[in-house]
Amino acid sequence: MKKIKKLGIRGGLYLIMVLYALSILVPLYVMFMTSFKSNAEIFNNPFGLPEAFSMDAYVNLFVISNYGKYFMNSIMVTVLSLGVAVTISALAAYAVSKYSFRYNKAIYLYFVIGMIVPIKLGTIDIMITMLRLRIYDSLWALIIVYIAMAIPLSVFVLYDYIRMVPDELSSAARIDGCSEPGIFSRVIVPLIKPGLAAAGIISFIPNWNEFWFPLVLIKTKENYTIPLATGQLFGQFDTKLNLVFAVLSLASVPVIIIYLLLSNYFVKGLSAGAVKG
Amino acid sequence: MLEAKKKHARFLFLFIFPAFIIYTMFMLVPILNSMRYSLYTGTGLLPDQFVGLDNYVRLFTEERYYSQFWNAFGNNIKFFLIVTLVQNIGGFFMAVMISRKFRGNKFMRKLSFLPTTLSVLVVGYIFKMILNPYYGVFDKFLELIGLESLIIPWLGDARSAIWVVALAVSWQFLGTSILFYTSGIDGISDSIMEAARIDGANVWQEIIHIILPSVLPIVAIVTILIFIGNFTQFDIIFAMTGTRGDPNYSTDLFGSLFYRTAFSNSDRGGWGTGMGATVATMMFLIVTVGVGTFLYFFSKKREALEK
Repeated sequence: MKKIKKLGIRGGLYLIMVLYALSILVPLYVMFMTSFKSNAEIFNNPFGLPEAFSMDAYVNLFVISNYGKYFMNSIMVTVLSLGVAVTISALAAYAVSKYSFRYNKAIYLYFVIGMIVPIKLGTIDIMITMLRLRIYDSLWALIIVYIAMAIPLSVFVLYDYIRMVPDELSSAARIDGCSEPGIFSRVIVPLIKPGLAAAGIISFIPNWNEFWFPLVLIKTKENYTIPLATGQLFGQFDTKLNLVFAVLSLASVPVIIIYLLLSNYFVKGLSAGAVKG
Repeated sequence: MLEAKKKHARFLFLFIFPAFIIYTMFMLVPILNSMRYSLYTGTGLLPDQFVGLDNYVRLFTEERYYSQFWNAFGNNIKFFLIVTLVQNIGGFFMAVMISRKFRGNKFMRKLSFLPTTLSVLVVGYIFKMILNPYYGVFDKFLELIGLESLIIPWLGDARSAIWVVALAVSWQFLGTSILFYTSGIDGISDSIMEAARIDGANVWQEIIHIILPSVLPIVAIVTILIFIGNFTQFDIIFAMTGTRGDPNYSTDLFGSLFYRTAFSNSDRGGWGTGMGATVATMMFLIVTVGVGTFLYFFSKKREALEK
């Protein structure tokens, strides 16, 4: 009797897991597969695999729209903003975690509180500032905002990595006559490379997907990023279904690949935050 | 940690300064400045005429303003309740299951977080397409299994639309709460679980007496993160029901209300910069009061539990 009950629980567990997995995989399957179908096939054969994997939608997308340019824009914005954000966050995190002075704890908290500050609510002023700086409607406007957005989480992640570097290493370097900035670049940085990677990777996804700021700050087509292009093209191709799904697939492929390759970073970084939180 | 001396001051300043200035200028100052703009009115982009709290008075006394404000408020509460319940209850039970040992549990952990990495916009569009009354796969599937009588215009009906957008968001971010809860459950020491099992505790007793108390702080984190996200949510509405929260403003949330009122022309629902800033300030107030209330509530709960 007990054995049957146990089997039942097992079976129920597997059933729920399979249903949950399907609920995730089916929408993604529909998105990718529909992008390879012709419009007629989408109506006649909504569930099956495409009869012939047609790349028409993708070819068309690059011909009619400037998709390659949008992609490069997104890469430039992401790489520059994350590179700068992680670098300056590491400097700040080092200063507040390895030196005790009157405000080091307060400065750390000041940075970290930004993780829950809804920056969207300051958009009106950001827009006005960008107009004043004459970088409204340019990628620089996005890059600056994204640097600011990535700082809190980067400081939070790097603070712990830097604190774990034993103090003996820096004092040994100091005795050897190494300057304080030299200690950072020659002792600390080589040891916190995984932390630098983690900070960059965790911020990559929200950064790559960010839609609100380009929507408000970018008007010229040449300066679209992938999310803004996705939003605009979706409206434009309303009736060409395979094109629409190709747009959605292309927007998702980079993040899915990065996630599958580096998922341990996400899971570790985020769950560490959760437990400490 | 090294005691900072005078000779360190210059370089400490140089190290902290870049992050400090960008973070302050482009995250915190804009929110404060937006609050300041809510005290001004004017026709241009930059409101220049000081009117004190007049914008707030108008927001709550003129029908064309307060009807939309309270409508978005009500929708947002509904949206938040659906998402929180699904993500906390669903996420908790999924985490309890996923953290058990079974074949494929590593795969499920990885898969559950996958939708979170997609953009909210893409998720919104996928579901919009899947639920389309003409070519949507979902209705075709219901027909296939003989449930076509259930079909309604999912996003076209004011009663179902808010549920659909809320469930789309819950589907996407369920993985986050599963991740948070599993990390809490993984943190419970095996010996405690072992002891409970030897004492003959069944699965339910295990959940209620051991797992639930130890993940309570995580309920607080998950709920607060959802609250902040939901009360500034915009992308899902833009993708699924448009910036007016169709049909008939039934899915209009604060995020879309803010976008419309602050960044659209007056013929498309714009209220001017001063009024838009007033909406932003009210949202900031609601988020702050909400987070404060949750923190208070959960810390009380925790104290009670520790006694």
